[in-house]
Amino acid sequence: MDEEYDVVVLGTGLKECILSGLLSVDGLKVLHMDRNDYYGGESTSLNLIQLWKRFRRNDKPPAHLGSSRDYNVDMIPKFMMANGTLVRVLIHTDVTKYLYFKAVDGSFVYNKGKVHKVPATDMETLKSPLMGIFEKRRAHKFFIYVHDYNETDPKTHDGMDLTRVTTRELIAKYGLDDNTVDVIGHALALHRDDRYLDEPALDTVKRMKLYVESLARFQGGSPYIYPLYGLAELPQAFARLSAVYGGTYMLNKPECKVEFNEEGQVLGVTSEGETARCKKVVCDPSYLPNKVRKVGRVARAIAIMSHPIPNTNDSHSVQVILPQKQLGRKSDMYLFCCSYSHNGKFIAFVSTEAETDHPGTELKAGIDLLGPVDEIFFDIYDRYEPVNEPTLDNCFISTSYDATTHFESTVLDVLNMYTMITGKATGSSPFISHPAMSKLFQEHA
Amino acid sequence: MATTGNKNINAKLVLLGDVGAGKSSLVLRFVKGQFIEFQESTIGAAFFSQTLAVNDATVKFEIWDTAGQERYHSLAPMYYRGAAAAIIVYDITNQASFERAKKWVQELQAQGNPNMVMALAGNKADLLDAKKVEAEASTLVLLLEAQAYAQEHGLFFMETSAKTAANVNEVFYEIAKRLPRVQPAQNSSGMVLMDRPAERIASTSCCS
Repeated sequence: MDEEYDVVVLGTGLKECILSGLLSVDGLKVLHMDRNDYYGGESTSLNLIQLWKRFRRNDKPPAHLGSSRDYNVDMIPKFMMANGTLVRVLIHTDVTKYLYFKAVDGSFVYNKGKVHKVPATDMETLKSPLMGIFEKRRAHKFFIYVHDYNETDPKTHDGMDLTRVTTRELIAKYGLDDNTVDVIGHALALHRDDRYLDEPALDTVKRMKLYVESLARFQGGSPYIYPLYGLAELPQAFARLSAVYGGTYMLNKPECKVEFNEEGQVLGVTSEGETARCKKVVCDPSYLPNKVRKVGRVARAIAIMSHPIPNTNDSHSVQVILPQKQLGRKSDMYLFCCSYSHNGKFIAFVSTEAETDHPGTELKAGIDLLGPVDEIFFDIYDRYEPVNEPTLDNCFISTSYDATTHFESTVLDVLNMYTMITGKATGSSPFISHPAMSKLFQEHA
Repeated sequence: MATTGNKNINAKLVLLGDVGAGKSSLVLRFVKGQFIEFQESTIGAAFFSQTLAVNDATVKFEIWDTAGQERYHSLAPMYYRGAAAAIIVYDITNQASFERAKKWVQELQAQGNPNMVMALAGNKADLLDAKKVEAEASTLVLLLEAQAYAQEHGLFFMETSAKTAANVNEVFYEIAKRLPRVQPAQNSSGMVLMDRPAERIASTSCCS
């Protein structure tokens, strides 16, 4: 490692691995290190023994749970939107050839104390108790508008400029009741809180289109897909991309101290007495704790169960969204469940942006929906965002993973960082059509 | 995992071995019929596929190279995942590379699929002919040691030369013959994402 690199990347979380891959493909000389002896950082997947070590301080999981290596318990439980930005990055970097995926069985929403399927077909919509029959007609008109809406064709805009009209105003035009709005905003547009109602409607319309396009992509019961062997396959696959294009990988490197010159610019990274000199450092918040600030906390529970989540049509993999208003909270709660590689066991997660210091009490509404559990672990972790000025110190720090159940915000952060690191694309970033993406696609197509 | 269908078998094959043992050279010889004397460390292409016809089946190998991640012991677990076959390569003139090969066999037995077909390839066999006979004693001792080791650990052994092509096709052919023809039914086979033409907004949506 006693060499000069263009970029040293610290931490092998998903964000760092995607960046390492993109930068190596761009021809930069990359050294990628991690203090742990495994890939994935905060976004790793643990086997049973690792899980017990982390949450129970011993390495003896009960025998009835089966073989440790059959478990891939994702530490950041998220699904991928089947037509979302992560899928597009995977395809255009050709990383998808290293991975197998599974369609997620169902997407559900908690409404008035009950769990309902988010309708995925016309028939399901017709049968769904989520709306009354007249409300369904009104909603149908709104859905047609969203379906036909094309940003570049004013004829489809119905006289409204969605960069100015708020979501509340748009929805008011269709006369939808608050309950329907809750389902649309949280279960289809996947907003985390209610701020979107007073923001320009364009973002919500795009999010709804993403949901529908993702739903159509694999004809499954949800818009989501999931890597067959757990989410930790994703960082590993992008790390492989980086390595294929010349990136050097070193795990189990203690310390990883970032060195600065007198002007506060990055000089290199030192580990075990050797310094890798470099022009830029890319890392997760844990490697530069003095350059980040805490912006929130995620509370979560991880449960091992012998049954699927009740009232989800026995779906083996599923998401349930509990909109904040239904719980009297400020932010949504999410259930996430997956099964297949777990010996007939089901792994369920309950997570939310923490509003108190007591995850057990705070997550109760979600945990109550799980039914009996074999084992349950509680955890609360801090979320950080960078406060440094990358143009001055050449440090590019990712933001911690949020509580959302999909990767759209994750990839957005990655694309923004990619733009900052390479200066390759500029401009602000709408939710899906990020300028760096189209640039990326032209280059790697 | 090898999957069957009308005797078409898809099999993931991984290469393991010390830096410089000739992993990439073996693959390049097998897939493209090429040999480059001073092959750069693996860059730019670490995934090949090649189809072989054996007596009763067509075997499509998906061949994974290490992409250099073995250099600092940082090979990702996904590399082994689902592999139906492995070729562990060492340099017949280098005892240390044989010792590393044994470590890789242990690693595979710990991480890999228990039914994996494993080949031990003593590569650079051409160097044996090029050397004076007296200098060969240690190489011959290593050869006998490798044969015994392979037998003991359920691998098959071949001496190969990516340079002269000796035994290169034969290693892959032998693996193809040994792959299990019938795999237990798998309900978790998964799907591969493909790019596809312009979006069709299907009518099977909640919004139509």
